[in-house]
Amino acid sequence: MTASDDTKLSNAQIAWRAAQDIADGAYVNLGIGFPEMVARYQPAGREVIYHTENGILDFGQEPPAGEEDWDLINAGKKAVTLKPGSAFFHHADSFAMVRGGHLDVAILGAYQVAQNGDLANWSVGAKGVPAVGGAMDLVHGAKRVAVITEHVTKSGEPKLLDRCTLPLTGVGCVTRVYTSLAVVDIEGGRFVLREKLPTITLQKLQSLTGAELVIAGPVADLIVPEL
Amino acid sequence: MDKTIATPAEAVADIGDNATVMIGGFGGSGAPIELIHALIDRFVKTGSPRNLTVVNNNAGNGHVGLAAMIEVGMVGKLICSFPRSADPRVFTQKYLAGDIALELVPQGTLAERIRAGGAGIPAFYTPTSYGTELANGKPTAEFDGRPYVQERWLKADFALVKAHLGDRLGNLTYNKAARNFGPLMCTAARHAIVQVSQLVPPGTIDPEHVVTPGIFVSRVVEVTNPAQEELLNRAGATYP
Repeated sequence: MTASDDTKLSNAQIAWRAAQDIADGAYVNLGIGFPEMVARYQPAGREVIYHTENGILDFGQEPPAGEEDWDLINAGKKAVTLKPGSAFFHHADSFAMVRGGHLDVAILGAYQVAQNGDLANWSVGAKGVPAVGGAMDLVHGAKRVAVITEHVTKSGEPKLLDRCTLPLTGVGCVTRVYTSLAVVDIEGGRFVLREKLPTITLQKLQSLTGAELVIAGPVADLIVPEL
Repeated sequence: MDKTIATPAEAVADIGDNATVMIGGFGGSGAPIELIHALIDRFVKTGSPRNLTVVNNNAGNGHVGLAAMIEVGMVGKLICSFPRSADPRVFTQKYLAGDIALELVPQGTLAERIRAGGAGIPAFYTPTSYGTELANGKPTAEFDGRPYVQERWLKADFALVKAHLGDRLGNLTYNKAARNFGPLMCTAARHAIVQVSQLVPPGTIDPEHVVTPGIFVSRVVEVTNPAQEELLNRAGATYP
């Protein structure tokens, strides 16, 4: 944890924690924005192959400024590089990889997650221009769909809820949530607490969570390095 | 057989009012800027083609390419998955003013609807969007205990696609991730119009490497050193 704030994890630390659970040999899709950070903290010695919806398997980090090839971008439309062994494919093949159960892990952001595994991460309501992209596809098919998120909203409202109130991205799709305070599994329609920051009490954590945190087995300390 | 056409203007000359036009690209990657701009040129000069239905993943960026098409007022409806970009103002203003219709489709469903259109499959079931507002009004069914949403094929009168190598028979390769929707759209349009960065003699492309076989392509026009939307936008370009 950073010296300045030991009461919650930074985004980088949440991403680091999620990266520890990605196994050697996994095929992984990281949602655009915050989830892309997970790739930076891939543990050494593991070979992980990243998929991007627009049609690349096994892409690498962004190139130095000035060396971008704008035909070589990721789903966030940022320039990327290739690794030896990468592959291009068209959009129907790309989403066959997604829906067809070929990805091991998808890691996505969230506005809200419900204890039954429902996810809301594409729309905050009726105002403005609606945009969905691949969010509704990505929640189906990956063997494991995990979410990384702040535990509460900027105004302090719980993001882990009994039921989502925002428009759904998918029904019953999320299996694990990494937050700024805890690691929570979704099992049998309930939030099961697996890890929490040692500096927060269970009562405080429960008060920041919009549904019951079930204790089923040991709750480990959530320990993350300074990043 | 010779599908080559001399200029982008000639290649898009018969696209008429109210046509449905698929346009390849994911953001700027694969966007057929020269074909789009040739269509804009005709609209500016003649007022046609107007009221087009455009199928694309996005809704344009800045003031070139698809965004410029929308800006000059030749698009009546857009079918896309993600109408946002670094600079989405052109679409956003038209949409909020009620001047353009939007059919929002999840990205993988958009791809599969186009694939189905090209493959003669009128409908299919997908898990995507089940239980969400984008499934409202669509039939659902259970298969092996899981719920799915019925989606219909998507076809077009024309497709505008950017490829890398092409020959007079219409065989194509693409450049890196610019492939994206191109191969699908070529199959789903009555006339696939393709700009290639290099026209090569038949046999130059190894048959093992052909990505789009020529049967799916109607016209090939060579555009060497094609514009890249991202670079146009970084330079602050506008069109026309």
